[in-house]
Amino acid sequence: MTADTRSTSRLRHDPLVRGLGWASALLGVPQVVDPAGFARALGVGDGSRQRLTTAAVGVRELAAAAGLLWRPRPAWLWGRVGGDLMDLAALARALRNHDGRGLGRTVAATAAVTVITATDVYAAVTRTRRSAPMELTATTTVAGRPDEVYDLWTDLERLPDFMAHLEDVRVTGPRTTHWRASAPFGRTVEWDAEVTRDVPGRLIAWRSADGADVDNSGEVRLAPAPGDRGTELQVTLRYDLPGGALGKTAARYFGEEPHQQLDDDLRRFKQIVETGEIVRSEGAPGGKRARGEFPQHPARPLTEGELKEALT
Amino acid sequence: MKANCWTGRNTVEVLDVPEPSILNSRDAIVRITSTAICGSDLHLLDGYVPTMEKGDVMGHEFMGEVVEVGSGIDADKLRVGDRVVVPFPIACGACGACRAELYSCCENTNPNAGLSEKFFGHPTAGIYGYSHLTGGFAGGQAEYARVVLADVNALKIGSDLDDEQVLFLSDILPTGYMGAEMCDIQEGDVVAVWGAGPVGQFAMDSARVLGAEKVIAIDKETYRLDMATAEGYTAVDYEDVDVRSALLELTGGRGPDKCIDAVGMEATHGASHVQLYDRAKQAARSETDRPHALRQAILSCRSGGVVSVIGVYGGLIDKFPAGAWMNRSLTLRTGQCHVQKYMKPLLGLIEQGKIDPTRVITHRLPLSEAPTGYELFKNKADNCEKVVLRP
Repeated sequence: MTADTRSTSRLRHDPLVRGLGWASALLGVPQVVDPAGFARALGVGDGSRQRLTTAAVGVRELAAAAGLLWRPRPAWLWGRVGGDLMDLAALARALRNHDGRGLGRTVAATAAVTVITATDVYAAVTRTRRSAPMELTATTTVAGRPDEVYDLWTDLERLPDFMAHLEDVRVTGPRTTHWRASAPFGRTVEWDAEVTRDVPGRLIAWRSADGADVDNSGEVRLAPAPGDRGTELQVTLRYDLPGGALGKTAARYFGEEPHQQLDDDLRRFKQIVETGEIVRSEGAPGGKRARGEFPQHPARPLTEGELKEALT
Repeated sequence: MKANCWTGRNTVEVLDVPEPSILNSRDAIVRITSTAICGSDLHLLDGYVPTMEKGDVMGHEFMGEVVEVGSGIDADKLRVGDRVVVPFPIACGACGACRAELYSCCENTNPNAGLSEKFFGHPTAGIYGYSHLTGGFAGGQAEYARVVLADVNALKIGSDLDDEQVLFLSDILPTGYMGAEMCDIQEGDVVAVWGAGPVGQFAMDSARVLGAEKVIAIDKETYRLDMATAEGYTAVDYEDVDVRSALLELTGGRGPDKCIDAVGMEATHGASHVQLYDRAKQAARSETDRPHALRQAILSCRSGGVVSVIGVYGGLIDKFPAGAWMNRSLTLRTGQCHVQKYMKPLLGLIEQGKIDPTRVITHRLPLSEAPTGYELFKNKADNCEKVVLRP
């Protein structure tokens, strides 16, 4: 899970985030200016240790305030949550060792920090846009020389023939293409991509342009396989999966395990290179649309209706 | 058309199903003239091979006449009217495995390769009528079948040999032959074969053709052992004698030089407690295969010998005698048969009269009586050795 910098401007105008920022500032200033007074107000005594702790907490609060007000990012909110937990721990220790003077104030402070903690947790959880960068790799060996395999792969408009999720790839310029793919839960995502590196017979790499539904990039590396066994092909795909870890889990639950998909994509590529087309069985007649869903169609010949559905 | 379908554990039924159609450009459709029930069909019948689905058409041993070819097939290779025998593993002929003649490990013909990979570590080839683990291809116990990548997966029969002489080139003859070939038989070798079913019989015939001095058949069915002794092989009935002692006696205490397991995952055992142990573990699915024959072969084989496994295993076994295997320098060789590699040379042996595949046929039934054939074969009733079905 990573915080997303693009949410900075959104958080700058978020009343809850700004409120927490000002609250940090209002607490931090007296803590730093008069730590002894602040400690007394909490009823925890004004010994040197209490003064030092209070001043340190004040510095932390000012840092959080600065962060939340000038460069708001979810990380600052999570920082506040961490600080709250430290405060609660300190207050709990103070309550345990309390000499009785000002106990009511300490209890009240603990209650207040508890409420603040809850608010911070709420803010941090709701303001974190979860996006999980995911990197997939898959590899296969196919018959043919690297330059031949390179030519087949770089015929980008044919990628949807074997990549299950790609619906369409259109060449829009010498180095640019437009991609359309199906995403989990029946959605479609589109993006423009540009080739970032291209070494014929060795490597091709691409990256989605700004404004893509899903930021992604990828590369294919080709190398001759030892023992005259053709070409080793290694594919790497990176993308920010919407919904983060939760989305990943949900997608898996619905049978769309990304790693398996990429492996199957490469198997189909290999089939096309080596046999000319994707091998269909009666159980999995749909070619690239046969995504290993079970139970399958029984292994018996297809009716005309089933045939039409499988072959179109 | 009529087809013999798996409809649940221990039941097959002849049902009306659609006629097959071309799904890939290199497909061909064959009108089946003869088909057979294989011992491995019994593993499907009783549900020991996972991923069967109700309605799957059974059968991977079939031959017939080409009635339609896809647009991707060169007329030099195959045309309508050709009489062909179809090998059970579907090979592409182009991948690394096929180029190494490991056709049953073809990397391209199993659409469920991802599943197969989970079971076996690497995917294996598609097989007709043999569960969805091997691709979900409709089988050949039917009136018609689709042959996949038919230009590399059909052996044309030009001569006037009749169906029964060549049908078994589809599976059991090459499988038996590969079992013997993997033994690397040397002059003077004694070869012991566990299982005197059809594959075991062909392993014995092949061992003799490849130069074995003595061939020993191990089984408990008298009629199967009689079939072997009629060919001049030595019979050992494991219900009457202790197999290892009997084999030592027959080999001057050395043990057989080469051992072939033509039994596989559903072995039975003379010692009832061992049988009960494995049967229970298998029922509880904590062991999928009962490997008595394999264990016995490893313990009996002479030091430095070869144990060749052609009986089918599907999953996991227990109590594998790794100590015997390692300390006595045994070589273990195995594989689903790479049928395409052996069809032509074996057709030659049949034409020369060196092997007579028809000797194992005991039952000839119409396709409509396929379920009866399964019953006879499974229960070894009516001295059933091999059932040929005619659509």
